[in-house]
Amino acid sequence: MTELPLIGDAVAVGADAPDARRLAGARIGVVTFPGTLDDRDAARAVSLAGGTPVALWHADSTLGDVDAVVIPGGFSYGDYLRAGAIARFAPLMSKIIDAANSDAKLPVLGICNGFQILTESHLLPGSMIKNDHLKFMCRDQVLRVENSSTAWTLDYAEGQEITVPLKNQDGQYIADEKTLDALEAEGRVVFRYVGFNPNGSRRDIAGISNDAGNVVGLMPHPEHAVEVGFGPESLDGIGGSDTDGLGFFTSVLNKIVGGAK
Amino acid sequence: MPRIVVDVMPKPEILDPQGKAIVGALPRLGFTGFSSVRQGKRFELTVEGEVTDAILAQAREAAETLLSNPVIEDVVNVEVVEA
Repeated sequence: MTELPLIGDAVAVGADAPDARRLAGARIGVVTFPGTLDDRDAARAVSLAGGTPVALWHADSTLGDVDAVVIPGGFSYGDYLRAGAIARFAPLMSKIIDAANSDAKLPVLGICNGFQILTESHLLPGSMIKNDHLKFMCRDQVLRVENSSTAWTLDYAEGQEITVPLKNQDGQYIADEKTLDALEAEGRVVFRYVGFNPNGSRRDIAGISNDAGNVVGLMPHPEHAVEVGFGPESLDGIGGSDTDGLGFFTSVLNKIVGGAK
Repeated sequence: MPRIVVDVMPKPEILDPQGKAIVGALPRLGFTGFSSVRQGKRFELTVEGEVTDAILAQAREAAETLLSNPVIEDVVNVEVVEA
């Protein structure tokens, strides 16, 4: 397929194409820890959405000039101790935590192991424990977008159902009742599992955001559903489309390009 | 050399899937006397020299910040074991 920017408002217009240049100028950092698996897919998703992926290494002491960060899935540090527990103390993570909490509100997306790292970092509340059925699970999963105002979900409609792959062992989202009630009340449940809860997560929660909406974490993998011919529908035709995950990346690019950068 | 032992357990209200799997396996081996199993973690921190109050305080802090996740786990024991 052609690798044109897929963003509505920011698609290049005319010979000068100032918007496209701005779009390609949006730099999305993708973090690699020892044991990260999905960094290349995440970087590819950024490219397909029209942005410029920037490889970040866990031992880096600076974030460089990135406009947003994706913490991809995998098994950082072999999931030793607890999933995400050791990655949380990597030098780069303290920079990401500071930037996410700063006035600039750096957009941060944690996918799967990245979500686990974000909860261990206390950027997001709650935690993940082993799937209630004790097995690793890999399937195409329907999600409902419950909040389309976060930095990573702007291009979705509220209530929209999307299908993306899910693959995890420690995917059961848990938090105490008070935290869960607060997440619901504040609209911070961003994604919910539809039809089938694949890991026993409380209240079918698949993904949440922080208070400001710049930090989002989820267990399923939008970066694996960004290209026609390689997404969920190609596998078993359960619905949705091959590219339901692309909206995460176009959302944040729209946010960056549209913002006062 | 003395060691500081830190024991971490999943919080009582948290389902412990590993413990659940173990309790399911016990009767298959003829161990029928146990109704539930909770699986925790034991850490042994070796200290060069004497365990001072400051070192013990460090161990307690490490137990709360790195060795356990307070959302899902409790530090149930921190004790010094002389080698």
